[in-house]
Amino acid sequence: MEMMRKERIDRGVRVRTAGLYAISTWREMLYLVGPPLFLILGMIILPIILEFAPYWKRVINIVCVYTLLALAFDFLANFVGLVCLGGAFFVGVGGYLSAIFNVYLHFPVYLSIPLATICGAVISTLLLMPALPLRGVYFAIVTLMYPLLATRVIEALNIFGGTNGIIGLDSLPNEYVEHYLIIIATLIFLYGLRRFVNQDMGLVIRGVKDNDQAVRASGISVTRMKAFAVFVASFMGCFAGAYISHMYSWAGTSLFALDFSIIPIASVVIGGGGTLLGAVVGSFILVPVSELLRNFGTFRIVIYCVILTGFIVFKSEGILVYAMRKYHQFERWVKV
Amino acid sequence: MEIIVYGVINSVILSLTALGFTLVYSIARMPNFAHGALYITTGYLAWLFMNKFGSFPYPLAIVLAIGITAAIGALMYRFILIRIRGMEISEIIATYAIGLAILEGLRWGGLRGGTFTLPAFIAGSMNIFGVSVDYQRLLIVAVGIIVFASLYLFTHFNRVGLALRGIAQDERAAMMLGIDSDMTAIISLALGSGLAGLAAVMLLPLGNIIVEVGYSVLIFAIAVSVIGGLGSWGGTILASFIIGFAQILTEAFLSSQYQMVVALLAIIITLLIKPSGIFGKQKELEERV
Repeated sequence: MEMMRKERIDRGVRVRTAGLYAISTWREMLYLVGPPLFLILGMIILPIILEFAPYWKRVINIVCVYTLLALAFDFLANFVGLVCLGGAFFVGVGGYLSAIFNVYLHFPVYLSIPLATICGAVISTLLLMPALPLRGVYFAIVTLMYPLLATRVIEALNIFGGTNGIIGLDSLPNEYVEHYLIIIATLIFLYGLRRFVNQDMGLVIRGVKDNDQAVRASGISVTRMKAFAVFVASFMGCFAGAYISHMYSWAGTSLFALDFSIIPIASVVIGGGGTLLGAVVGSFILVPVSELLRNFGTFRIVIYCVILTGFIVFKSEGILVYAMRKYHQFERWVKV
Repeated sequence: MEIIVYGVINSVILSLTALGFTLVYSIARMPNFAHGALYITTGYLAWLFMNKFGSFPYPLAIVLAIGITAAIGALMYRFILIRIRGMEISEIIATYAIGLAILEGLRWGGLRGGTFTLPAFIAGSMNIFGVSVDYQRLLIVAVGIIVFASLYLFTHFNRVGLALRGIAQDERAAMMLGIDSDMTAIISLALGSGLAGLAAVMLLPLGNIIVEVGYSVLIFAIAVSVIGGLGSWGGTILASFIIGFAQILTEAFLSSQYQMVVALLAIIITLLIKPSGIFGKQKELEERV
């Protein structure tokens, strides 16, 4: 029997557009800027398109919140090597802080969200500090414990409104501010992070994942780098939390719920880890699905976990990497 | 006196729950975040065997439940975890996802409220040093001691046990001597899951079978293992005594709500002062940056 194997070859248009100077036709330009433009314009137009479906307009905000969390997870896991099992902790810290600033201290919205984001990021980073000088599973363990613990402490001590939570946060001025604040923030964080991981500091942070001894030998403190990375990730998480608490005008213990930890992880794994864009793709697939399955209650988490395990075991590259390969290359059978 | 007696009992309880986790970590080098889920599964299976699938006698139901849980652990490794072994991020996510799927699936399937309980093996209580202790708790201490002793004997005087220990100490050297790494990992996951199951059937008669117990068991198991040094069995027992007494003291002087805070504080202090835990000497260099 003849042995055949699959060969992958770059498409001609990819080769031609690899250097910007070679672009000569509309088709090549479209090939190059089409996908990012589709994403950016699509996200900006989406609230207007969905004008006729008010329920789904709300879902866009939730999708973006999960996208931010998924970006944070992807950044930590695949660029720094820290697996964060408790994204909900960032959401909870940001949400509660913003509620405290807004309800107890009467700060206006445009002050309470940024303040909560920054303070929350600082607090989260400080709380996660003990696990940072270590390799291995310690970071995962500590992040797993914090959200569970935070819920119990708040309920036991009956602080911050106890089980009822803090109610009566100011909502955002109008619907469009609500949509575009989170959409633009998501785009900024997405492209900012993509840029950041290729800058000097981003390269050092990636070095921490691949070979921390080399980073240390270069006279750079590994712990400080990790702390900075955690700060960036928790910044995004706390922003999402502060935003969501203002969106619902409510901050309660359900901000520490499992959904905020597991859906971002599932999104990253489905979309494709280590690409950042994959996190966006994943949450744009998963979150609407989860809205459709709202009636199933906690069974949704089972579904995510099964999908997640399936992807991580059988298709670990994720959807985006697969799609990009199909976009850039074609395959053919050749004789060995 | 009460504090000492209940402190010892609580410590044995903790070490029973943590032993499975630390065993899997030391041999398969895999953090089994599905530990709490396996614990609850065993309790639920035992309840099912006694109340739904015909009324099995209690001992038979227990043995069956533990056996099935051990099989789940082994199958989980054979069909899922074996494909991602060594990829740390995937390992953590996969075991966590499996654990969550089981726990939340059970919650969705109706494992709520106080309807699910296992009966105590022997009812009644007796006085020890003037403190009234029920027989179930005494039995737990006895079983705990038997488990430690048999585990010690198993890993020191049995070919399979020695192979497990060899893999735990130095995987490459052990593999060079013809020990199959995947086989030992399967055995360790089966053993670890079985131990989680054993702990479950011993401890669940003291309370209800609810999903939240699964999470707190996982957290306490992890806390004890981290403080004792991940993968160190002696450390696990010592750490469970520290945490066990700390818990009883907080319960006596503060409130039982703070138990988990104590566990977390203990973890953080350990990570700050001696990250590799009390007895975690051999892996110290590997884990510290």
